[in-house]
Amino acid sequence: MSIKASTRQVEEVTVVDLSGRITLGEGSTVLRDTVRELLGRGQKKILLNLGDVTYIDSSGIGELVSGFTTVSNQGGQLKLLNLTKKVHDLLQITKLYTVFEVHNEEAAAIRSFT
Amino acid sequence: MSSRHDVDKPVVLSLDSSLDSVDKAEEEVLRIAESHGFGEEDLQKIGMAVRESMVNAVLHGNQYDPEKKAGVKVEMYNGGLAITITDEGAGFELVDVPDPLAQENLLRHSGRGIFLIRAFMDELQVRRLVPRGTEVRMVKYRSEEDGSNPNQ
Repeated sequence: MSIKASTRQVEEVTVVDLSGRITLGEGSTVLRDTVRELLGRGQKKILLNLGDVTYIDSSGIGELVSGFTTVSNQGGQLKLLNLTKKVHDLLQITKLYTVFEVHNEEAAAIRSFT
Repeated sequence: MSSRHDVDKPVVLSLDSSLDSVDKAEEEVLRIAESHGFGEEDLQKIGMAVRESMVNAVLHGNQYDPEKKAGVKVEMYNGGLAITITDEGAGFELVDVPDPLAQENLLRHSGRGIFLIRAFMDELQVRRLVPRGTEVRMVKYRSEEDGSNPNQ
């Protein structure tokens, strides 16, 4: 199963609910296109909900980093919500846990955007 | 298919340079690892390491060239599972791979594959092949706390 992405608006924040696998190929492409499309529409407050992401490889990690830097460079914010243990561990060992702002509760995550 | 493989007989595959081959290699290696009693946590690590190595082989090594193959060899080695993945690309040396944990590399979009393989497997060797290509050999031993049953 590859990735599925759906977006919803909560106040000024666009929440992207992702499910499936973020891996080289379709998975990372869908994530990249979703972030680009949001930026193209002027949506610069993005919360990626990774609660249903079952698997992520180094290409997927690279795509998360790419999204983070692209959004930041345009003056926006990209944050992560609901990491599974697997994804949490991956971000930890790659030291990216300190780069991303990670939340476990959606309402608090929404409030954290400035 | 569920029977345990002969420990003295390696399983050897020659795969096309495509993303489908990444899935095929992962499935085959995991099937063998499971038949040798590796537990779920080990299987996840092995699967991820194989995916990363295969992506390196078909994408960075063979660059999806249909004329080039990715080789996969799986065998038991000193009680562990040894997986050797080869490509026919230009080759690379481990010392040339930037440290993805270095501050200046943290926000790079790529370059974490080898690091993850090293993190998930117990042994890793990389050597350049002559006249071309790279061989990545990795070994995973069963984790005691993984609930694996070596007699399975």
